[in-house]
Amino acid sequence: MKLGDDVSTDIIYPGRFMATVLPAETPRHAFADIPQFNSRLLKKEIAPGSVIVAGKNFGCGSSREQAVSALKGHELVVAAKSFARIFLQNAVNLGLKTVACPGIEASEGDEVELTVGQGCPVPNASDSENSRREFSPVRVGGGHVINHSTGGRFDLIPLPRPRQEIMDAGGLIPYARVRLLKRPKII
Amino acid sequence: MIRTVVEKILARASGRSGVTAGDVVEPRVDLAMSHENAALVIHQFSEIYRGTGLDMRVWDPSRITIIFDHRTPAESAKTATNQKKVRAFVGEQRIDKFHDIRGDRGGICHQILPEYGYVRPGQVVVGTDSHTTTHGALGAFAFGIGATEMAAVWALGTALNVEVPGTIKVILRGRFAARVCAKDAILHLIGQISAEGANFRVIEFHGDAVDRMPTSGRLVLCNMAMEAGATSGIVPADEETRRYLREEAGVSDDIECVRPDEDASYERSIEIDVSDLSPQIACPHRVDNVKSVDAVEGVKVDQIVIGSCTNGRLDDLAIAAGILRGRKVAASTRLLVFPASWRVYQAALKEGYLSDLAESGATILNAGCGCCLGVHQGALGDGEVALSTTNRNFQGRMGNPDSEVYLCSPAVAAASAIAGAIADPRKAG
Ligand code: SF4
Repeated sequence: MKLGDDVSTDIIYPGRFMATVLPAETPRHAFADIPQFNSRLLKKEIAPGSVIVAGKNFGCGSSREQAVSALKGHELVVAAKSFARIFLQNAVNLGLKTVACPGIEASEGDEVELTVGQGCPVPNASDSENSRREFSPVRVGGGHVINHSTGGRFDLIPLPRPRQEIMDAGGLIPYARVRLLKRPKII
Repeated sequence: MIRTVVEKILARASGRSGVTAGDVVEPRVDLAMSHENAALVIHQFSEIYRGTGLDMRVWDPSRITIIFDHRTPAESAKTATNQKKVRAFVGEQRIDKFHDIRGDRGGICHQILPEYGYVRPGQVVVGTDSHTTTHGALGAFAFGIGATEMAAVWALGTALNVEVPGTIKVILRGRFAARVCAKDAILHLIGQISAEGANFRVIEFHGDAVDRMPTSGRLVLCNMAMEAGATSGIVPADEETRRYLREEAGVSDDIECVRPDEDASYERSIEIDVSDLSPQIACPHRVDNVKSVDAVEGVKVDQIVIGSCTNGRLDDLAIAAGILRGRKVAASTRLLVFPASWRVYQAALKEGYLSDLAESGATILNAGCGCCLGVHQGALGDGEVALSTTNRNFQGRMGNPDSEVYLCSPAVAAASAIAGAIADPRKAG
């Protein structure tokens, strides 16, 4: 599935379904306002592991986590030129595979392959010097997307270390649980 | 060290002597806000506690606030059941800063927080709503997070893994022409820097136009900073902030204003002279598709909306009532007005604004988010066009992907209601 720039959370998960909150129930409303895409997802015509290729600022708009859990439920991967901050953070927290790949070019049906370090690093959408400082050196090598249909090869921006820690813990819930247990007892 | 406001706030909240953009910190949270999506936060909160054997307790009930606003009164059984679960949790955890569906203390979260004096300069505020950026208008660092992140805040009292954002300085100079306001300035800025122009950055507002601007206008600037992708907007606190908190929010304790250092380093600086700014319109389906009103004057509109956390405050209703008083909403359009809170509603009632608006043909709705996000009242028909004082015009935002939304100021909305088409309020008499 190919999408352009500024795909908003209203497109990924329209506001009228926001009363549905449980991660088990949100996937049915993914891309509800693009009926052809939604029905292909529901009929499982789009295989788990398929990659949504998008332009800049994917997930802009609302902080609704349903936009992430809905895509995760279909086991989709999102490769975008860049992500909106809150969407990216929610993706890290819930373990949705997202890769920021500023140069990515692909058309619908292309076969793309993601090669990343251990786990599935979720890169930072920001490309400023400041964020680059935070990269974990172990994971920097080897992150790229290959478009086998066109022969294109595009580098990923790796994940800043603190975000990697959350991913490695299996998401924010187990990460926060460990922190909670370590917390000094309040008497 | 020379610091921006956000750097100062985050250093203090993380117990460090100084931080710079790009550092990763874990600030303690002063205020954690949720609305109906508290139902999901509660679910994730109990997931964090699962298997720990610990008693499920929020870290500090006095620092949590929950406000029902998105779907009030409930539009469906599902929402009503979610609200019921949240109410039970609020009772168990003894959360006092809870605003249920009530005509005395209800309203939109981004109006309730300033109105009740919950936000103070220098605080770290998080909210499970992207427009939490609004509260930067009071000199706090306020940003939106997801429900799972909020669950972690409820458990630990800190925000985990916060990257100190870089800061963009925006200077607004000059005096606004009559019927041109903060909304036009921020729409203009978003048009200039794009919907992604401030992604991962904070916008710090300065300039004599901001110094003179009442808090209600600053709330508009910071509310819509989100639409440029900003982590937050912030107006460094000053005398006006003190005045607002004391006079309008009834705060009596000490208010400390955190100011940036004179020569703090900014990633970028943008200066806008507002004195020759015309009313601005964001055209479908992008918030950064901004044009001067003259470029779209005459576009027919089926529905006009005045309200939301952007422009549903008392002065917005005063402007609209001033233009519509003694006139009629065009027969070809419908005008929906939803005040940002019940306090605003009551004040507008006392001032006579609501009767002016109703007599002109406006439909006055209950305080809350109303049709802003397309789930409650005021959905659009196929192919219809709306003009709204809200903050987003993404495709499908008002409940119908086959419709168009233009965004504008309250003055443009009121003038257009009379014309039945987009109109320039400077010509409305
Ligand atoms: S009024 Fe609109 S933008 Fe503001 S909080 Fe409600 S739904 Fe969100």
